[in-house]
Amino acid sequence: MTAEAQGLSELLEQITGFIYPNEIEIHWSILIVVYPYITGLVAGAFILASLVKVFNVKEVQPTYRLALLTALAFLLVAPFPLLLHLGRPERFYEILLTPNVTSAMAMFGFVYAWYLMGVLLLEVWFEYRRDLILLAARERSPMSWVYRALSLFSTDTSEAAVVFDRKAVRAITIIGIPSAFLLHGYVGFIFGSVKANPWWGSVLMPIVFLMSAIVSGIALVILLYMVLTAMRREAIDMGCLDTITSYLFYAVIVDFSLEALDFIHRLYQSEESVKILGKLITHKLFMSLFVLQILLGMFIPLGILVLAKSRKFNDDLRKLLYFTAVILIQLGIFSTRWNVVIGGQLFSKSFRGLMTYKMEVMGIEGLLTALVVLALPFVILAVLIRVLPTKRLDDQASTTGEPVVPAGAANPAALTRS
Amino acid sequence: MNKREFLKGLVLFFPAGGVLGALAGEVGAKESGGKEVGAKEAGGKPDGKADDPANHYYGMGIEVDKCIGCSRCVEACKAENDVPREPFFFRTWIERYVIKKDGDVNVECINVKGKGGKETVQDDPDVLRTFFVPKLCNHCVNPPCVQVCPVGATFATKDGVVLIDSKRCVGCRYCIQACPYGARYLDPRTKTADKCSFCYHRVRRGLLPACVEVCPTQARIFGDLRSKASRLVRFARMNKIHVLKPSLNTEPKVYYAQLDGEVR
Repeated sequence: MTAEAQGLSELLEQITGFIYPNEIEIHWSILIVVYPYITGLVAGAFILASLVKVFNVKEVQPTYRLALLTALAFLLVAPFPLLLHLGRPERFYEILLTPNVTSAMAMFGFVYAWYLMGVLLLEVWFEYRRDLILLAARERSPMSWVYRALSLFSTDTSEAAVVFDRKAVRAITIIGIPSAFLLHGYVGFIFGSVKANPWWGSVLMPIVFLMSAIVSGIALVILLYMVLTAMRREAIDMGCLDTITSYLFYAVIVDFSLEALDFIHRLYQSEESVKILGKLITHKLFMSLFVLQILLGMFIPLGILVLAKSRKFNDDLRKLLYFTAVILIQLGIFSTRWNVVIGGQLFSKSFRGLMTYKMEVMGIEGLLTALVVLALPFVILAVLIRVLPTKRLDDQASTTGEPVVPAGAANPAALTRS
Repeated sequence: MNKREFLKGLVLFFPAGGVLGALAGEVGAKESGGKEVGAKEAGGKPDGKADDPANHYYGMGIEVDKCIGCSRCVEACKAENDVPREPFFFRTWIERYVIKKDGDVNVECINVKGKGGKETVQDDPDVLRTFFVPKLCNHCVNPPCVQVCPVGATFATKDGVVLIDSKRCVGCRYCIQACPYGARYLDPRTKTADKCSFCYHRVRRGLLPACVEVCPTQARIFGDLRSKASRLVRFARMNKIHVLKPSLNTEPKVYYAQLDGEVR
């Protein structure tokens, strides 16, 4: 008996009730939990960035570039969990070359390529073009060459060109919002369209995914903004923080309402699967659903946000409250993904029994890989922030020609020192 | 080639070409209209092109009351199709239902040697009824697995068999999630999806699937839905039949006679 089969034999002891014999193996592992979590962060961060450019929410401006780079960093990593999960990763290109048009999953390559190249990279380029030209002039080689290459050797910093950049960014953002919806809504559709699985098959699934994506993306950008300003020893723009957390608050409310609606709807309709789903949430998902997702990931952060908004706390206390809230929200959204992906595989499609997921630690689909995949975007982000300033470069600097770095924005050392 | 030979060739070439062309046209028409004509046509005499897959539409019938739970079908299937021997990989398996007088339903797969074992229940006075149900891929008319496969590695043949191209499968396992019947598994050796193929390699040679071949009580009936003379069509005529999870609109082509409402 192979080691794999040995592992499955152990799982056999954990089964309650009856399952179809092939169902013993849990096929979509923690990596598939990580995948929607990551794309959710991408979509959410992008939506936050678009608040500035499309809806002219000026208060959020300080986080605009950070949100954009966060989205980019996470999007670059998004294919890895999928790739590592494939039984035959060396054949992944078939999804691009011979996609099956009726498969939601086959659209991944196209949605991904569109979002990366048609939206994010383009918007980043237009947003940074002027700064890249300025940096190319200021920095010494080899960095000057890097900047020159990144600016695609454009040299025009005239007022007209900058105005065009601004228009382009706005136009791309307008296209980008539905694209972000598509990117993550589509991930929800992959689950929501599986009629064989009553835990997944719901028309609300893409919308719930989207709202939770917005929640997690906004929360992550807040977290990164707070950490980054602390590392750079700068003052946090409290106006900005208060505004974003308000958006976060509303997003959590909408997300919670949708999930509550889904729950009530299932309970009220009380279809064939209701008994086994009831057992699923009380026996297998109690900790991750009721405690982590709903209590710690939703109610407590909501309470904290209400508290922070309603009382006249000083800045430091508000910062602490916000910080706690966004960390809890991340935990909650990760649990949401877990409950969808793993939860949907813990009950038999015979509706007569429950399975158990035993997470590997070291294997290719194990915890360690998942942690590496989750850490990778932060490494990429650190590099991106070093190369691309999160604040718009000062005009003064360009006219005097002095290598003035505005208030630590483009100071890479600040990041590594602390 | 001299002039005489050339002219001779011409005389033969044109009429022959005409005949071939007419034949080709006929075949084309048959292929496009084949589905509608269906059973009527395939019931007729073989016309030398009987091997055209479009002339067949395969399915299976299962008489629940005839199954004695001997599991020879499961063993034959594993041997015939090189299915991994461990009890977590099945192209076909047998479920045993024990329904108690108080409405309690006890189900187990008798091919998985777990906690239950094979103890007999005949002496238990609380038992209302008990029966075996063979399960396998339903080769659905609307197969959700084919719909979701991102690379088209899972496909339905013209003769109604859902197959997997293991050289194309990327091992994403979306099909396993999409199958409502738990008919699929990931072969641990190839890391690709696998399931019942109706023993397509045998069927195309005019043989029966291995499970049907070995069944001592003829609980399994294999046949061509397009042929009036097929045993399956007769089975469907003589029995009140039911399919699994009809509400999902997958339209299974494994038809059960005497199926109990408890079976899912």
